[in-house]
Amino acid sequence: MTERTRLVGNAVYGWLLLLPAAVLLAAFTHYPAVATLAQSLFTSGTALRPAEFAGLDNYRFMLEDEVFWRVLENNVWYAIGTIPASIALAMLMAVWVNRRLPLRAFVRMSYFTPTILPMIAVANIWLFFYTPEIGLIDQIAAGFGIGSRNWLGNPDTVLGCIIVLTIWKEAGFFMIFYLAALQSLPPELEEAARLEGASRWHFFRRVTFPLLMPTTLFVLINAVINSFKLVDQLFILTKGGPDNASALLLYYIYEVAFSFFDQAYASTLTVVLLAALAIIAIGQFVILDKRIHYR
Amino acid sequence: MAAIELIRVTKTWGATVAVRDISFEVDEGSFVVLLGPSGCGKSTTLRMIAGLDDVTSGRVLIGGREMTGAPPAERRVSMVFQSYALFPHLDTGENILFGLKARRVAKTEQRDRLVRVAEMVGLEALLDRKPAQLSGGQRQRVALARAIIAENPICLMDEPLSNLDAKLRHEMRVEIRALQQRLGMTTVYVTHDQTEAMSMADRVVLMRDGGIEQQGPPAALYDVPETVFAAGFIGTPPMNLLKVEEVGGAMVIAGTDGPAVAEAGYGNLVLGIRPEQIAIADNSGIEGRVESCDYLGADTIVGVRVGSQSVLIRAHGRHSRPAGSRIHLHWQESEVHLFNDETGVRMAGVRPLPVAA
Repeated sequence: MTERTRLVGNAVYGWLLLLPAAVLLAAFTHYPAVATLAQSLFTSGTALRPAEFAGLDNYRFMLEDEVFWRVLENNVWYAIGTIPASIALAMLMAVWVNRRLPLRAFVRMSYFTPTILPMIAVANIWLFFYTPEIGLIDQIAAGFGIGSRNWLGNPDTVLGCIIVLTIWKEAGFFMIFYLAALQSLPPELEEAARLEGASRWHFFRRVTFPLLMPTTLFVLINAVINSFKLVDQLFILTKGGPDNASALLLYYIYEVAFSFFDQAYASTLTVVLLAALAIIAIGQFVILDKRIHYR
Repeated sequence: MAAIELIRVTKTWGATVAVRDISFEVDEGSFVVLLGPSGCGKSTTLRMIAGLDDVTSGRVLIGGREMTGAPPAERRVSMVFQSYALFPHLDTGENILFGLKARRVAKTEQRDRLVRVAEMVGLEALLDRKPAQLSGGQRQRVALARAIIAENPICLMDEPLSNLDAKLRHEMRVEIRALQQRLGMTTVYVTHDQTEAMSMADRVVLMRDGGIEQQGPPAALYDVPETVFAAGFIGTPPMNLLKVEEVGGAMVIAGTDGPAVAEAGYGNLVLGIRPEQIAIADNSGIEGRVESCDYLGADTIVGVRVGSQSVLIRAHGRHSRPAGSRIHLHWQESEVHLFNDETGVRMAGVRPLPVAA
């Protein structure tokens, strides 16, 4: 066997090893992405009328679509409502359960439980909380003489309800990352600070918080992606209503694609969603990376 | 008045006793070394002085004031950690100033003190470096600077040199001692390295299994070890400890048939003799066979088998004798230390006998 055939044989061998993963990746990630982008440039085809090239018509339609602007606005408020609150809560819980306290394992587990529950189950639990008259919240409120409210039926409160549920679900998950990061901090740092007379808050602000920044960046990116990705609860609680007051972008895409069967427009919205997420993630890395200390 | 006083301090973790009923005093401005093998409770003792660990029973007095339950910040002590405990995201200057900022010392004073301390430890040029950009020795200096900038009367050091290489360790040893004397800091220094203890300390507190084995100036520990453990822990190589048995009414080194090395009538003994106090002769004294010769430059460590035991001899200059060759050892009886074989305690009343040359 010559040197050349041996090298070719090696290359073939290598490609064969790569093939299974490459096929899966191409078939389920790369092809759909490219297909989505292509579909967004065509009209929706039917059996009678095949799809035609439409250029940017779908995008033009999107800019004039009031529902699109409504769900986008909802999504922005949803992100603003859930991300900082769930991250702050996660950090607080992690610092709390990282200390020596009675029943520590039990407390940690309790905080983590919402994470292991499926979102559908969580939504059902919260559906019971929010139900007018017989729901937990109204029952407690009644005890204080406050009248019943239709929390999920009111356009003013429905998005807030979804936000609270999401924070409850996500904070425990993010807490695990913070807890891992906290446990990798050497305990001498806190001891040195205690000897120097630093208050607990001073130590947190000057040492713990900056050293947690790499984790915060990771969690932040996950939180942003989740705020556009996590819509399971809408199926159980509100179906986007009332009057689209709780519809989020991905839920709207689902409706357009599978209720209205407008594949092309759904593709258009998907492309916009992906582009937005990519820009946000890159922005976070570029802006925050410079200010983070990595060990 | 003692700067630090520990009175019958005990520390237990559940069923394990880390420190057992120890008492000692540290004079103001003195350098005291807590010495002992790992796990002997010396670091725990230091942490109890600092207030990082609570005492289980007993009292801790600092500057004459009761500090037994006081939080670390009130004790006015600085500490240098074995790992240095530098804040990895802060530069040298910020690390040194951490305590002053926490205590809200005025900005101008912060700056003055930083300049002074940085100059003292030779860090002027490195103030804006992060710990990761510093060498081990430089990090050590930052930790030292952070300890002295607080101007606390007491400085605690927990094996501060154990992460440095041998050459740097020697340099820092000299430097820390000089700095301590210049600033008049009362220093308690924990180490397992008896060379550090011997060369730096005003007083050594030798610990073992949570208790104090012996305390005193380094020379006292070296010259008059109170126990077999103290004798075997201090000195490089440490003191030879040889079992002495009674054979036919004479106390001889176990496995030999003479000459007698101590007076009889006190049961079995352990004889201690420092390697540098043994002389080699060709044909009179205690017989042995050469096992090894380690040439170190200024002297040679000769390993000799005497009876059933090994003896190390520090001989001046270069010696090379073939393994297995017969030699004789002798020593001044005034250099001999005798210990009880069972308790390991020094037996001052027993007279050693001369070993003729």
